[in-house]
Amino acid sequence: MTDPLVIAGTSFSSRLIAGTARYPNQQVMLDALEASGTELVTASIRRISLEGYSGSLVELLGDRYKILPNTAGCVTARDAILTAELAREALETNWVKLELIGDRELLYPDVEQLVHAADELVRKGFTVLPYCNEDPVSCQKLVDVGCAAVMPLGSLIGSGMGIANPTAIELICKRSTVPVVLDAGIGTASDAAQAMELGCDAVMIDTAIAKSHDPVRMAAAMRAAVEGGRLARLAGRIPRQRFAEPSSPQLGLVGS
Amino acid sequence: MMRLRINGAEAEVAVATIAELLAEQGIDPKARFLAVAVNGAVVRRTEWPMAALAAGDNVEIVRPFQGG
Repeated sequence: MTDPLVIAGTSFSSRLIAGTARYPNQQVMLDALEASGTELVTASIRRISLEGYSGSLVELLGDRYKILPNTAGCVTARDAILTAELAREALETNWVKLELIGDRELLYPDVEQLVHAADELVRKGFTVLPYCNEDPVSCQKLVDVGCAAVMPLGSLIGSGMGIANPTAIELICKRSTVPVVLDAGIGTASDAAQAMELGCDAVMIDTAIAKSHDPVRMAAAMRAAVEGGRLARLAGRIPRQRFAEPSSPQLGLVGS
Repeated sequence: MMRLRINGAEAEVAVATIAELLAEQGIDPKARFLAVAVNGAVVRRTEWPMAALAAGDNVEIVRPFQGG
């Protein structure tokens, strides 16, 4: 595996983490996940519908993907911790994408509760990947309590606004001692490429694929963008400069 | 019969254990990818046949679902 993404000792060849929500139907979801090349997909933990216990997402996904359960919708550390423990029991995985929301409209993280919950879950043996806000201080606190990665938001969940604060993301990537996964707000392929060029180790995408006009095609686009952005990052871009510099040689011009 | 709270709704059930509750709700207690919490604490599936329920217990029965 060349240039693998390594999180908590597990290697992935894909740097695209995909969500399973908001697809038009299950078949489109399966086809899009395949087209994306992802190896890690997220799932929520929800009450079964007692009216009819229908077939599960996990069975649909089969063994093809590693499943990363999330604590989406939780607003207290207690609920997030319980959800993580239920996820561990249901899926037999220690991995959890920790989401602790401080504002139901904006879906911004509650940093204080998030750090507290992350700390407790790490002590309980979880591999914690927290969805967090895009500031280097919060990310460092999460690293300090033992998170396996940090997942700063690009912009509001589901908004498609792209990376609102590229400077902050770049700073987080520069400082972080754990993988940085840009999570939330990606809208199209160029956003994903930008995340990788800024130094992110991976991106997490759900709505931008699932709600696009052609999710399977967008998934393929995102795959290419993540790979392209990563290659560009490794290649080392030219600096931005405020003046022109001709690319063709100045000597031997016709008529000179 | 005793009154419990199951997934946020009040219910009257005639069961003694979690395994019996699941079966009574039409869920195979041996089904994979399920988890149960009683009064805010996870009960491991190995204990479902033994874990006794009491009136007023708050039961959560969950499974993985679509999510981002």
